Amino acid sequence: MNRLKLPPWLVLLLPAIIILSAVVLIPLVLSLYSSFTSYRLTRPDSIFNWVGFFNYEKALTDVKFWAAFGRTVLLLTVALNLEMLLGLGLALMVSKVTQGQRLLRTMMMFPMMFSPILVGFQFKFIFNDNVGLVNNALQSLGLTDRAIPWLVDGHLAMFSIIFAEIWTATSVFGILILAGLYAIPRDPLEAAKVDGCTAWQSFRYVTLPFLMPFIYIAMAIRSLDVARAYDIVQIMTNGGPARRTELLWTLIGRTGYVDARMGYANAMGYISIFLAIFFTIYFFKKLTQSRKELGMGA
Amino acid sequence: MAQVHLRDVVKKYGPLEVVHSINLDIADGEFVVLVGPSGCGKSTTLRMVAGLEGISGGEVHIGNRVVNDLPPRERNISMVFQNYALYPHMTVRENLGFSLKIAKQSQADIDKAVDVAAEILSLTPLLDRKPGALSGGQRQRVAMGRAIVRHPEVFLFDEPLSNLDAKLRTQMRVEIKKLHQKLKSTIIYVTHDQVEAMTLADRIVIMRDGHIEQVGTPLDVFENPVNTFVGTFIGSPPMNLLDGVVKGFELEFAGGTRLPVPPGYATQDGQAVTFGVRADNIMPVGHALPRGEHMAEVEMAVDLTEPLGTETLLFATLAGTEVQAKMLNPRPVQSGERMTFQIMLDKCHLFDAETGATLRT
Ligand SMILES: Nc1ncnc2c1ncn2[C@@H]1O[C@H](COP(=O)(O)OP(=O)(O)O)[C@@H](O)[C@H]1O
Ligand SMILES: [Mg+2]
Repeated sequence: MNRLKLPPWLVLLLPAIIILSAVVLIPLVLSLYSSFTSYRLTRPDSIFNWVGFFNYEKALTDVKFWAAFGRTVLLLTVALNLEMLLGLGLALMVSKVTQGQRLLRTMMMFPMMFSPILVGFQFKFIFNDNVGLVNNALQSLGLTDRAIPWLVDGHLAMFSIIFAEIWTATSVFGILILAGLYAIPRDPLEAAKVDGCTAWQSFRYVTLPFLMPFIYIAMAIRSLDVARAYDIVQIMTNGGPARRTELLWTLIGRTGYVDARMGYANAMGYISIFLAIFFTIYFFKKLTQSRKELGMGA
Repeated sequence: MAQVHLRDVVKKYGPLEVVHSINLDIADGEFVVLVGPSGCGKSTTLRMVAGLEGISGGEVHIGNRVVNDLPPRERNISMVFQNYALYPHMTVRENLGFSLKIAKQSQADIDKAVDVAAEILSLTPLLDRKPGALSGGQRQRVAMGRAIVRHPEVFLFDEPLSNLDAKLRTQMRVEIKKLHQKLKSTIIYVTHDQVEAMTLADRIVIMRDGHIEQVGTPLDVFENPVNTFVGTFIGSPPMNLLDGVVKGFELEFAGGTRLPVPPGYATQDGQAVTFGVRADNIMPVGHALPRGEHMAEVEMAVDLTEPLGTETLLFATLAGTEVQAKMLNPRPVQSGERMTFQIMLDKCHLFDAETGATLRT
């Protein structure tokens, strides 16, 4: 018998190749393929019904899709900027603390320790118009005597979701910016003091440029996070009211699993991934640029 | 331009006192060098003048003002740091002009001041580079340029040449001296290198363990050290020290070696003393300077030689202690060769054996 002889490097890599194909490659190819079919979960044989670019054309002309797209970009922009500002403030305050800083740093991480699903439920309760904490507090303080529909009014619901996002993720910025603050050399800051800078000017002209790479890393991480946001929204509003808080992935999830139109959902998914890729590339470009500014490797 | 006065200045880190009540008066336009071994409190003292460290006690005056409670930007000083401390994200031009920009000067004035400073320090071709693209010596010059654009009342230097190689250090030393002659401003300069101190200073302040040991011109501290610490710290090679006992008009060392008491020192019979002689004042007969008035001769075996070209350094043993001597017009010397050395007694020193303080009258 003539046994098949594989080169040793291939034999050694084979386990990795098999696992990678099983968990990454096959789903990827399958989903990409199905986005060109009219695949419906309820009719498995429809996966062989090739429709070409029909799903993509449909998605690109679908108002609902673009509304969700726009809302996701809005959430991303607002949440990331606010998280950055709050995280920066938090990091600056923590870095000034002389005692118990380690404890504070650990406490800063608390929001990240909870599952987004639980955070969603928590804020769903907090913003509930009848029994919620916020309305109770406002009414007890006499600031209002009616029940504010936090999760029912379209604008307020978006606000509530942004609030929850910020609560969970500000610490990502906080921690990374704190790491940046620790990494700043002392000398240029002292030189700035001697050169006549006030505390604000030192921050503006010396500290901030040193922090930019850290801020962009946090932005890159968080933009991926927010671009795929699903859980918190799903729990708090389920995309409602009347799709006013529908984001890309809640829309895609609904299309795929509720309406069972998996082929169409996959097509929207592939378009959405470009959004994430765009933001990642953008922030990494900024990161490289800000590092170059500081004379750190190309 | 301004004088600087330190009055009983103390620095404490928590319970630890690192600068002990020092007093120093620096005249307008004077170049003063603080020198001492690492950890003696030079930087701390300088940083208190700069306003980068709080002052735990006493007063610092710059000009006619007590500046204890003023932030650095209100003290009208500028500082050059050991690690240059340039702003890495700014070009050389921006680094130089930064303090003027903060002071809200017009762009035209800034450009003019930057150009002048760049001209003085030969930085003109480098103005558009970032510090990352400069050599150590160039960064050092940018750091100095940043200090001079503002015409401060006092310049503070903290070991500005320590990170440069030997050749560049010598070159920059000359440039700093020229700069002082041109600007005529008050300079306080910190270094651990006694050669830098000797070559640059109008007056040297020698510090040890948070105290000032001696203040004087370079020649003064070289020729009249107040104690053994200053004697060995200033001058290279360090002063030879021999422990002995006064016997009448003579000093007796271990092994019975005897030398006359050098002129100008008050001694008592039986007193334990430390005798100090520099290598320049102990030379082999026939390879020495012309004989002076007060001479003594000793015979020693040479253990080791270090030829330096115009002179050779000889390592020998006298009364059980290693001493270094100098040989002019050198000839080859064998290890173990016995030679007669002449000692110029009027250049020698006597210190109290216990306190190390000079016994000069
Ligand atoms: N932040 C600090 N906390 C505690 N001790 C310090 C601090 N900074 C300096 N010291 C101590 O003060 C002494 C003087 O330091 P420094 O002025 O830097 O010495 P140098 O003469 O080498 O410049 C040293 O013993 C050093 O350990
Ligand atoms: Mg120092």
